[in-house]
Amino acid sequence: MGRYVIRRLLQMIPVFFGTTLLIFLMVNVMGDPVAGLCGDRQCDPATAAQLRKEFGLDKPVWQQYLTYMGNVFTGDFGTAFNGQEVTELMADAFPVTIRLTLVAIFFEIVIGITLGVVTGLRRGRPVDTGVLVLTLVVIAVPTFVTGLLVQLLLGIKWGWIDPSVSSSAPLDELIVPGLVLASVSLAYVTRLTRTSIAENLRADYVRTAKAKGLPRGRVIRRHLLRNSLIPVVTFIGTDIGALMGGAIVTERIFNIHGVGYQLYQGILRQNTQTVVGFVTVLVIVFLLANLLVDLLYAVLDPRIRYA
Amino acid sequence: MPEQQPPYEDSAIAPTGAGGATDLAMSEGETLEKPLGDSPSEGGPAAKPRSLWSDAWRDLRRNPVFIVSSLVILFLVVISLWPSLIASGNPLSCDLAKAQQGSQPGHPFGFNGQGCDVYTRVVYGARTSVTVGVCATLGVGILGSLFGSLAGFFGGLPDSLLSRLTDIFFGIPVVLGGLVLLSVVDSTTVWPVVGFMVLLGWPQISRIARGSVITAKQNDYVQAARALGASNTRMLLRHIAPNAIAPVIVVATIALGTYISLEATLSYLGAGLKPPTVSWGIDISSASPYIRNAPHMMLWPAGALAVTVLAFIMLGDAVRDALDPKLR
Amino acid sequence: MRGPTRAGWAACAVAVALAATGCGGGGDGGAGGEDGIVSSSWSDPQNPLEPANTNEVQGGKVLDMIFRGLKKYDPKTGAATDMMAESIETDDSVNFTVRIKDGWTFSNGEKVTAKSYVDAWNYGADLRNNQKNAYFFGYIDGYEQVHPESGEPSATSLSGLKVVDDLTFTVKLSQKFSTWPDTLGYSAFAPLPQSFFDDHDAWLDQPVGNGPYTLQSYDRGTKAELRRWDDYPGPDGAQNGGIDLMVYTDNNTAYTDLIAGNLDLVDDIPAAQLRNVGSDLGDRYINTPAGIIQTLAFPFYDDAWDTPDGNKVRTGISRAINREQITETIFQSTRTPAKDWTSPVLGEDGGFDDTLCGDACEYDPAEAKRLIEEGGGLPGGQIKISYNTDTGSHKDWVDAVCNSINNALGDDQACIGNPIGTFADFRNQIGEQRMPGPFRAGWQMDYPLIQNFLQPLYYTNASSNDGKWSNQEFDDLVDRANAETDTATAVDTFQQAEEVVRDQMAAVPLWYQNGSAGYSERISNVTLNPFSVPVYNEITVN
Repeated sequence: MGRYVIRRLLQMIPVFFGTTLLIFLMVNVMGDPVAGLCGDRQCDPATAAQLRKEFGLDKPVWQQYLTYMGNVFTGDFGTAFNGQEVTELMADAFPVTIRLTLVAIFFEIVIGITLGVVTGLRRGRPVDTGVLVLTLVVIAVPTFVTGLLVQLLLGIKWGWIDPSVSSSAPLDELIVPGLVLASVSLAYVTRLTRTSIAENLRADYVRTAKAKGLPRGRVIRRHLLRNSLIPVVTFIGTDIGALMGGAIVTERIFNIHGVGYQLYQGILRQNTQTVVGFVTVLVIVFLLANLLVDLLYAVLDPRIRYA
Repeated sequence: MPEQQPPYEDSAIAPTGAGGATDLAMSEGETLEKPLGDSPSEGGPAAKPRSLWSDAWRDLRRNPVFIVSSLVILFLVVISLWPSLIASGNPLSCDLAKAQQGSQPGHPFGFNGQGCDVYTRVVYGARTSVTVGVCATLGVGILGSLFGSLAGFFGGLPDSLLSRLTDIFFGIPVVLGGLVLLSVVDSTTVWPVVGFMVLLGWPQISRIARGSVITAKQNDYVQAARALGASNTRMLLRHIAPNAIAPVIVVATIALGTYISLEATLSYLGAGLKPPTVSWGIDISSASPYIRNAPHMMLWPAGALAVTVLAFIMLGDAVRDALDPKLR
Repeated sequence: MRGPTRAGWAACAVAVALAATGCGGGGDGGAGGEDGIVSSSWSDPQNPLEPANTNEVQGGKVLDMIFRGLKKYDPKTGAATDMMAESIETDDSVNFTVRIKDGWTFSNGEKVTAKSYVDAWNYGADLRNNQKNAYFFGYIDGYEQVHPESGEPSATSLSGLKVVDDLTFTVKLSQKFSTWPDTLGYSAFAPLPQSFFDDHDAWLDQPVGNGPYTLQSYDRGTKAELRRWDDYPGPDGAQNGGIDLMVYTDNNTAYTDLIAGNLDLVDDIPAAQLRNVGSDLGDRYINTPAGIIQTLAFPFYDDAWDTPDGNKVRTGISRAINREQITETIFQSTRTPAKDWTSPVLGEDGGFDDTLCGDACEYDPAEAKRLIEEGGGLPGGQIKISYNTDTGSHKDWVDAVCNSINNALGDDQACIGNPIGTFADFRNQIGEQRMPGPFRAGWQMDYPLIQNFLQPLYYTNASSNDGKWSNQEFDDLVDRANAETDTATAVDTFQQAEEVVRDQMAAVPLWYQNGSAGYSERISNVTLNPFSVPVYNEITVN
């Protein structure tokens, strides 16, 4: 187990460098950020050159990358154009996004798995068909359409919620945005659980358990669910990273000042330091979540052992 | 366990951006490859061996979901090729005086913010969306199955290298990548959008393909072919590919719908397709601020998009059910 | 086991929504009256809040509250009036003597002296300090030494600035510029306290100025809290307890928050909401002319656009645009069709003339078609109008302009929009002279002078002459006008220069932009100044 974890951690190193290099190059392709700093007019050439020098933009890209990574390892993620340290931006943005992600994951687990179990146990019944169609519709409508509709109906027409989230972003204001953010994943979790349950319902150990005369609830919880959750856990585990970095649309609609918003701003202003810094952290989260998921398998399925 | 790896590690699910829809593909595909050594071809124990495909086809022909979704897709393909069959107008001719007007005779869906006929634009938009979906899926499918099957077939160092490469591209949130990459192109065609989807989408198929090639590789008939001295190319093409491709097809069909949806999301964030291309994504995003006053401008193209995505996902779903003997 | 069915879904959604309403905030509440705090929409300034480094409206809002300079632009007329200046005198339009009023201090107690100004201006002009507004000091003698076009600066201070005594300093310009004192209301010319130079980082965290408000806290990317400075010595003290500037991710969201009662003031009402603004806000919606003009600039560096008969094509394009219809439909009359290249806020005396453009700005499809054909047709048979998609709702009007041109020319692809993803990239392509055709050019005046609407935009190689238009006759007229000591004659000469712009159609004027704002029932006395910025200090809380 320990060796396995160490090997996995070692494998993360090239992936980490690869991803950060990739995003670094991508942001660099966007061109010269200095041009956007002077409003609706040309920066005068002398100031522009001076700014480029200050941000290190006059160096070749590989050198910029090395300098940047060197700084990152000393905890210095650079400075945004407005003079704020990127680490400060992170300290503001990540707590908000983590709260939002937790709300979303909570809905995925509670609603998604429950619906999945119910439909999986009742394949072909009206309940199953109804939920199936509903999940398909949720998947088919783009998130920004869902978000705008929810904001319009709940926030303005009916006045049930505040249409936007205040800057402190308390948990209760994040419920609806979290639901919107989770909606697509929630539909997947439902479908995934359903498939998995339906498949395992025919497994020998479930038949055995039933034949033993165990109560139905116990069979479902102890035998069926535990084994069916593996693909679901995989999904949710990797979804954490996706939700955190992918909340650009949801955060924009509901005025949430989290990671997605900072990334969006960073891209619009071509602020390499912000974008690369946030993505670097997201990559780490993503890699660790993947590892965690793999370790969870062993808990869920005793047949799996890590050498 | 040839890989010394947990069986499920590489069947992990793609992190995607807010679109997120591509995740479905992964997860659904996984159920197929999961039972190791439990190849789908073992499904028919009947005396007269039928292939997996003919079994599936028999199944599909009777499945109403399949029939409906195929008909919808057929219809979409037809109007993509010949939009003038059902729309006589010109999607680019607009009269500002009619801006935001609702439904009226000859213009069933009303007019958009520029006074263009919404019905005509919805019909003409189908071509773009279907092109984006089909081309992106083809690209992702080809690239992904190539890398994936090579990694799965050869194992060892090539596998490690390709798998880490896959991880690298996985680490980048899709919507973010789209914003960055597409904000610099100034082509008015759909190809940059398709290219970006292929660039960030292939790891998803690659993982599926790798997993199912590993599974197929262990089958007796492949071992037999190896023992008989078949070349690597022959084994891969003749024996492994036909049996490993089912999950890829399933995932690809579902992913197709999500690419169409992703195009709209990119347009909403200002990085999608450009005029004079007519697309649902462009129309939905430009109508979205007017949702309070003139919801029809957004709801018709959004509805068309939803129906299209739905059709492809349902098709993929039906194909999956048909190909998975355990669910029969 | 009976799990939630579809009914369960609905029940859950209701419960969630109710919970949210129960706990969600309902506006700022708090004290009313004199000490009431106003919450206002904002977006994150791009640069640190230094006077000479802030060149966009959002940062400018804060600077206008925490600083007062020599002059202030009247919130109603836009005229430059003395604020801290006792007098600014000159005999030759080159040498100016500035006397400042006694009794002013910064909010940290430090006295505002002539040195506070001279040091601040020297700092702003010095290349080594990277100040983006440095060019504002370009008229002062010695600018080339502290801010050379290339290479290292050879001086650290402007030779044209001299402190005479505590309350007097002299300025020597490098050229004649009779209306130079009127430019001094711009925030780049604000004085700076000693603490700015002593501990720059600390000052940036907590800027200290001499205006009616103090910046109590600035949480970048989230909000800025400004509070009334009770000991403010100036005549225009704050009528409210303070202003909270709240950063919004999207101006649509800010507007919905205003409707929901969570916000007091939105000064950027999205075009899409203008149709319902009357029913949402009633008379709590204001729409005031501002010193902003939108134009289409042309890439004169592209030979296809710089042809001898090109002015006919450009005039034809101008006449193919139905400005009336677009301003009414797309902008719900928050824009006014342009009739010249300046702005109505200048007033007739200031150089605004609604007959100057004349026929060249009137919609006439037939004439437009004729002119374009006569001029050799559209370059390449198609024009692409470039704009950036990340700020403002430019797509709507660009598409409308294109449709108008297409309809006039009877060709559905004569004109297409060319969206560019980010403002930075848009500016980049302009800077690298890569514009494939006409492009969006908006101009918000820095100070209400006709000079500001012409020289920076059309003078050869001027800072905002993005199309690289160059015309000797125009340049000569501007030079003459600047040297003119009599204001009326100067304005007259500027107008002659503007006629050259018209005859050559150096840029197509589209419309004058109004400032629009909506506010809640909590506050009153809300107005917008000619820069379309709310006059924060006059807002009262009910």
